[in-house]
Amino acid sequence: MSDPMAEIREGFFAECEELLESLQDGLQTLSESAAPDAEAVNVTFRAVHSIKGGAGAFGLDTLVGFAHRYESVLDLLRSGKLDLDPALMRLLFRAADLLQDHVRAAHEDDPTVPEGSADCLEALDALAGADPAEPEPEVTDFQPLVLSFGDFGSEESSAALPSFMVLDSTSLADWEVRFHPRTELYRSANEPLYLLRTLTDLGATEIVCDGDIPPLEDLTEDSAEICWRIVMPGHLSETEIREVFDFVDGLCDLTIAPLPLAEVEENSEPPAPWPPVPAPPPTGEQTKDAPPAPAGPKPESAPGEPPPAREAHGEAAATVRVNLDRIDRLVNLVGELVITQAMLAQSVAEAGLQPNASLRSGLDSFTLLTREIQDSVMMIRAQPVKPLFQRMARIVREAAAATGKDVQLRPLGETTEVDKTVIERLSDPLTHMIRNAVDHGIEPPEKRIEAGKTRTGTITLSARHRAGRLEIELSDDGGGINRKRVLETAIARGLVPADAPLGDAEIDNLLFLPGFSTAKSVSALSGRGVGMDVVRSAIHALGGRVAIRSEFGKGTVFTISLPLTLAVLDGMVISVAGETLVVPLSSILETAAMRPDDVRTVAGSTPVLQLRGSFVPLCDLGAEMGYHAQRPVVRDGTVLVTALENGNRAALIVDEIVEQRQVVIKGLGDSYGRIPGVAAATILGDGRIALILDPADLVRNMTRAGRAQPLAV
Amino acid sequence: MTQQNSVQKHHGAEIELLSFRLGEDEYCVGIMSVREIRGWTRPTPLPHAPPHLRGVINLRGTVLPVVDLSLRLGMDPVGGDARNVIIVVQINGHAVGLLVHAVSDILALESDDLQPPPETAGSDGARFISALAIVDERMVRILNLEAVLPDLTVEAA
Repeated sequence: MSDPMAEIREGFFAECEELLESLQDGLQTLSESAAPDAEAVNVTFRAVHSIKGGAGAFGLDTLVGFAHRYESVLDLLRSGKLDLDPALMRLLFRAADLLQDHVRAAHEDDPTVPEGSADCLEALDALAGADPAEPEPEVTDFQPLVLSFGDFGSEESSAALPSFMVLDSTSLADWEVRFHPRTELYRSANEPLYLLRTLTDLGATEIVCDGDIPPLEDLTEDSAEICWRIVMPGHLSETEIREVFDFVDGLCDLTIAPLPLAEVEENSEPPAPWPPVPAPPPTGEQTKDAPPAPAGPKPESAPGEPPPAREAHGEAAATVRVNLDRIDRLVNLVGELVITQAMLAQSVAEAGLQPNASLRSGLDSFTLLTREIQDSVMMIRAQPVKPLFQRMARIVREAAAATGKDVQLRPLGETTEVDKTVIERLSDPLTHMIRNAVDHGIEPPEKRIEAGKTRTGTITLSARHRAGRLEIELSDDGGGINRKRVLETAIARGLVPADAPLGDAEIDNLLFLPGFSTAKSVSALSGRGVGMDVVRSAIHALGGRVAIRSEFGKGTVFTISLPLTLAVLDGMVISVAGETLVVPLSSILETAAMRPDDVRTVAGSTPVLQLRGSFVPLCDLGAEMGYHAQRPVVRDGTVLVTALENGNRAALIVDEIVEQRQVVIKGLGDSYGRIPGVAAATILGDGRIALILDPADLVRNMTRAGRAQPLAV
Repeated sequence: MTQQNSVQKHHGAEIELLSFRLGEDEYCVGIMSVREIRGWTRPTPLPHAPPHLRGVINLRGTVLPVVDLSLRLGMDPVGGDARNVIIVVQINGHAVGLLVHAVSDILALESDDLQPPPETAGSDGARFISALAIVDERMVRILNLEAVLPDLTVEAA
C-alpha cells in the first residue's frame, strides 16, 4: 500500500463518505420542507456530481455511470423541470442508498452491481428521458449533462440560466470565456496552464492574457492579477467548457458568454482592457479579503459567487484526518498517565506531608490537568451519531418497502457524540431493533387509519448525553406490545410457567428471552427468534443496558444506555481471597448482605440465595477464580447481584466491597487466549493489576461445569 | 531473537549471556533477548492458568505475563521474596517476564566454548537447554527460550 495512487484513492473514498452524508442531509431537508428548497437540491446535486467526478478520475465506470444518471435527474429537479412529489422523493432516497452501495462496491473492488440498481436506473432514466421540457438542440452532445453547472447557482441564477443557455447554444456564436484565477487557486496548487491547454485541445481559437499587473515592487508571489480571455468555438456547449473548470470551481472568477458578433471583429485588435472587469485592488488587500470576488463577473452571464453552502463546507473542512492507530496510541498513553497520576497521589497521601506543602498543590493541579487531558483525548475519539442514524434511516426505508408500510424515521440529537467504537458496535443491534419496530411495531396503513392515526408511522431515534452516559431512545407510534400474546407465546414455548404471575414490565422483558418471537409469520426481515436476546447481549457487551416500555395501541419505547467510551469503565472494586477485582458497574443490579437463613441448596449441593421471594444461584467467586479451593456452602457475607445476558441473575460472594471508581481498561493482550470470566484488566492506584470480571461469562462457565443451574426468571 | 542457536554456527564469535540462578543451578539467556530486569513484584494471578504462569504485572502500563522459570523447568517454584527478580525478555514479538531466584552475572563466551547438551533421552528439562558451557569450573546452561515459552496462547487457554 505504499502506492501513492492507492493513498489518493483512499482519500477519495473517505471524501465519498462525507459527500454521501451531505447527500442524505440534503434529501432529508428536501423531504421535510414543504416548498422546494433550492439550496438543498444544490447540495444533493453537488454531492453526486463530486462523487462522479472523483470516480471518473479513478476509472470507476460503474460508479460513474450510476452517479451520472442520478445526477441527471437531480439536475432536472434543480432546473425546476421536475416536480418533487413523494414518489420522486422515494426514488431519490433509494438512489442515494444505491449510490452508497456503488461506492462501497468500488471501494472493495467488488465487480457485482449492487442489487436493485438496474430498476432504480430505469426509473431514473424514465424521469430524465420523459421530460418534455428538455428539447435540447445539440443532439451530438451528451444530453443529460447539458444543464450541469458545476457548483454554481444561487436560486435566481440557476433558474434563469437554463433558458438563457438553451437559447444561445442553438446559435453557433463563439464563446467568450473570461477566466480570472483568485489567489486561492494558486494556493491550492492548481495550474492555470493545464486548464488553458485543455481548452486548446477543445479547440480554443484565441487565448489572450491580460490583467492589471502591478509594478514589480508591489508584486507578491501569490498575487492573482493575471486573467485570461479565451475564445472557444461555438459548436461546444457551455457545459463542456465549464467542465474544464470543474476542479477550480469557486477558486476563480469565470464567465462564459456567447461572443457578440461585433466583438469578434474587435478581437483582431490587440486586447483592450476589459470593461466589465474592474481593476483589481492592490495586491495586499486582495490576498486578505479573498471571498468578495475582486473581479465582478457580469451578473447576467453567470453566477460567479460561491453559494453559501460552499463557505459552510469550507469551515467544515478545517479538520484533519488522523489515522485511528495514532489516536488509540494517544488514548493508551493518557490512560497510563491517569494511572501514574493515581499512583503518585497515593504515594503523596501516604507520605503524610503538611497540608500546604507545595508538592500537594502541584499534585492537585497535575490531577486537574490529567483529567482535562483525558477528557479531551476521549473527545477526539468521539464522533457524532449522525452517520449511524443515517444508516438507520436507510434501514427504515428498506424495511418499510419490504413490508409495504409507510414509515418515516425522525432522528433527534444527531450531533450527540460518542466513542467511535461504540458507534460501530451499536450498528447491528440498532438495525435489528429498527427492523423489529417496522415489522412488528408499526401497523399496516389501513390499520393505522382505522385506529385514528396518521397513515405514515413514525419511528423516532434520539440520542443524548445523560449522567455521563449515552442514552439512545428508539420509539415507534405503532401498536405497542400485545402483552397477552407475548405471555401466551412465552408459555407455549415453555419460557415461563403457565401460572407465572408476571407484571406488565416483566412480560415486556420476555421479549429479550432467547428463542422468543411473536411474529405470526416469519418474515425475511425479522422474526427468526434470534432477535432481541442478541440485541441485548450486544448492548451488554458494550457495557450498556436496554430497557423497554410500551403502551398497548400507542407504541413502544426502547431505551439504550451506553458508556461514552470503551476506554474507561465505571467499576466496583472488590476484594476476594486477598485479590482485588473490578466488577463493571453496569452489570451490578444490587449488593446485599447474606443471612444464613436465606441460603438454600437445590439438588443437594447447589446453593441458591433467597432474595425477596425469588431464588438466585450463588457463585463463590474466590473458588471460581481459583483463589482457593471449593469450600462448603458459604452462608454469610456480602453478595453482588449481577444481571446475566439471558435476563437471569446470579449472586457473587465477595469478601469486601472496596470502592466504586472509574478504571482505565487494559487489554490482557493476545498472548493468553481468552480467560473465562475475565473481560480485561486495569491498573489500580497502587500500580497493581486488577482483573475486570465478566460476571455473565463467569457464571456461564460455572454453569457448564454443572455446579449450579441458574433458574429461569 | 534466537542467538543461542545461530551463535553455535558462527565459529569463534563472541556472545554475551545473562546468567541467573534457579535454585542451586546456573542458567543463562542471550543478552540480546533481555529487555530489562525488574525487582520482585507480586503478580496478579490469572484464573484457570497453568501453574507456571504466575500471573501478570504492570510494566509501565502494559500487562506483562510472568512465568515461573523454575516451575516451568520442573523444579520447585520460586518463593517470591525481595531477592527474586523478573527478567523481561522479548520472544517472538511478545514480552514475557521470567521469574528467577537471582541474577548472577553477564558472561562473554566464545561460541567455541559452547557444547551441545548430552543426549538425555526423554528428560523433560533437557529439551529446554540449547547448549552447555563451563565457566570458572561451574556448568552454565543456556536456555532455548522458544522451547521454554512455546506459545503462550496455547499455554494459558
